[in-house]
Amino acid sequence: MRKIQWLLVLSLLSSVTFAQTNIFKYKKLPDVTIKDIKGLAFKSSDISNDGKPIIISFWATWCKPCIRELTTMADVYDEWVKETGVKLYAVSVDDARSANLVAPLVNGKGWDYTVLLDPNSDFKRAMNVGPIPHTFLLNGNGEVVWQHTSFAEGDELELIELVRKLNKGEEIK
Amino acid sequence: MTLKKGTLLVVGFLWSLCIIPGAIHAQDILKGSEVHGSTQLDAVYYLQDNKMGITDSTLDGKLMRMNGFTEVNYSLGNFTAGLRFEAYLPALTGYDVQNNGVGVPYFYANYKNDFIDITAGNFYEQFGNGMMLRTYQEWTLGYDNSIRGLRVKVMPYKGITLKGVYGVQRYYWEPYKDYNRGIVKGFDADFYLNDMFTSLSDAKVKLTLGGSFVSDYQQGKTKEIADNGKIYLLKMPENVSNYGGRFNLNIGGFNWFTEYAHKINDPNALNNYIYKDGNGLFTNFSYSKKGLGISLMSKWIDNMSYKSDRTIANNMVNINYLPSITKEHTYALASMYPYATQPDGEVGISGTVTIHFPKNSTLGGKTGLSIAANFSQVNGINKTALNDTTMVNQLGTLGYNTSFYSVGSEVYYQDANIEVTKKFGKNWKGIFTYLYQTYNKDIIEGHANDYGTIYSQIGIADISWNITKKNNLRFEFQGLWTKQDKGNWAAALVEYTVAPAWFLSVQDQWNYGNSDSGQQLHYYLLSAGYTNHTTRVALSWGRQREGIICVGGVCRYVPAANGVTLTVTSSF
Repeated sequence: MRKIQWLLVLSLLSSVTFAQTNIFKYKKLPDVTIKDIKGLAFKSSDISNDGKPIIISFWATWCKPCIRELTTMADVYDEWVKETGVKLYAVSVDDARSANLVAPLVNGKGWDYTVLLDPNSDFKRAMNVGPIPHTFLLNGNGEVVWQHTSFAEGDELELIELVRKLNKGEEIK
Repeated sequence: MTLKKGTLLVVGFLWSLCIIPGAIHAQDILKGSEVHGSTQLDAVYYLQDNKMGITDSTLDGKLMRMNGFTEVNYSLGNFTAGLRFEAYLPALTGYDVQNNGVGVPYFYANYKNDFIDITAGNFYEQFGNGMMLRTYQEWTLGYDNSIRGLRVKVMPYKGITLKGVYGVQRYYWEPYKDYNRGIVKGFDADFYLNDMFTSLSDAKVKLTLGGSFVSDYQQGKTKEIADNGKIYLLKMPENVSNYGGRFNLNIGGFNWFTEYAHKINDPNALNNYIYKDGNGLFTNFSYSKKGLGISLMSKWIDNMSYKSDRTIANNMVNINYLPSITKEHTYALASMYPYATQPDGEVGISGTVTIHFPKNSTLGGKTGLSIAANFSQVNGINKTALNDTTMVNQLGTLGYNTSFYSVGSEVYYQDANIEVTKKFGKNWKGIFTYLYQTYNKDIIEGHANDYGTIYSQIGIADISWNITKKNNLRFEFQGLWTKQDKGNWAAALVEYTVAPAWFLSVQDQWNYGNSDSGQQLHYYLLSAGYTNHTTRVALSWGRQREGIICVGGVCRYVPAANGVTLTVTSSF
């Protein structure tokens, strides 16, 4: 029995490495029903931006690095939108404890992002997100082309550089 | 832990689904199939530390410990399947030893279209706010109450979602057999009125109604319970139901959410086997516009613990979710005394105001200013004896009398805090926090009148300096002042990050006010890490102070430790 278990582990790990080299990117967003900021049902497959790049950032009101990331980007978001047409979806994974604090916090901070609520982490699970913040970049066709976990000041510069590349039609590796 | 043959077959099947299409995909035969997943490894090599009382025997001779998981999900069109492998070899200190083992506790297959959504296997589900049913997983807590069984969601008409669930909950690695724990059944309905009626689709008023019914079947019409050296034979309700309703009303910047739940008699280990019905109410009102956010919450909980095994007194097999309404803090000293819901009975309020003064305004100055203030208080509920010969909460009785929303005199927790965020010039940013917390240690941690209540003041300065565009230094200075418990603390942290890959941090928490001078310890920690896309590797060395970490409504005790920790997380 033990041997079978270890075989299973090894195969799983090999499948992981296999996947990593070949299927790192999402061709299509998973279809999960979450909520918008008014409490209405929102299908994750409806995330769109008229053929322009999209950023999806998973965050929570209690996550300090997430707040730092969204605050830093809020300062330059206007300019980003004007220059590149990019749209940022901030998906809060706050559960029942703090989901009701999301709208007051987002408005209170004056953020202009499109905010979605994922109170039981259904979308987070479907996107295989572990620790937050976790940021996805989608090209104009809605394909995930880049992901990053954690935040350090300056990460936002790499992100907008990638958005510019997408707009120029360059491929992201 | 050994896998049963049937389980192994299912796992083998699902796993082959994960591998084979991956291979086929390379040849592009199954267009649209995708394989994704995530993994985490937490490994600690524990060091002995005489000052902290950590010896080979407290570590049970097991110096090297590891928690790890890998989850793989495969999708093709409307079909998804996945599994999670977990290993605790053995579990890190502070995790229940019943975690120890290796196996696949989670696997599922799902089919979904616009009308129906069917899951067979394990699933995570939440009805409304969770007061009747919520299953979820929290890796950092070692918490998983997933249901294994069947879930069907139907969308018969636009704006209407109906859900049915049927199954048994996970209890560590213990397989379900012969009714060794309860069978959970649940039904839930959501009505999004603005989607249902086209005439309302553009209305400013958005209304959602919902309702749930949950029932747990646990075999056994009678049960022997020992109390004060006597054995009582109690009649048990084999079916315990929990039901209620909710609404969400949104008008522009106003939002009002309310949920009520009622649970029938449910004698269990946590309520001392009383037969009183339980009920709970949660309500939240918020208003926000650009630059201003206000939230007011209130919660009433009376005898609402609800588990699929009434004999379990720990955190596992919760069917419902009773989060605390107090603010969740993450700074080290602000989270030293965290609150967790007391399911036996509590009543509380919480209010939060967030204000942002934009750039180039009078108060905002050149760079803007943000202020967030929060106050919360939780008391016990008012309980009186049923009659002269029965004590409050006496085993085998109806427990006590109480009236809805009656506030008890005992304060369980209080927290008043204010946070100011300010940029200084282009490269400096500060977050300054002050907190005043009241923590009823006996109630919250379940001690029998040993510690009393702890009153603490906490001050925190978190300062960030962008040295260059991609190099950042961050400093944290924290102080906690109290005359009770372990006395005063001071903490400092320096963190250096180079975007997007590297971080290095040094921190120390110093219990300089401990009345026992031998326990005025430094809890130093040195950490470094590297991030590449979604893979993060971090290594740390140092001391971990004893404490409680809470995520949502669930807390876990973390014992003091000294060691070298390796954490690897990745997703693809």
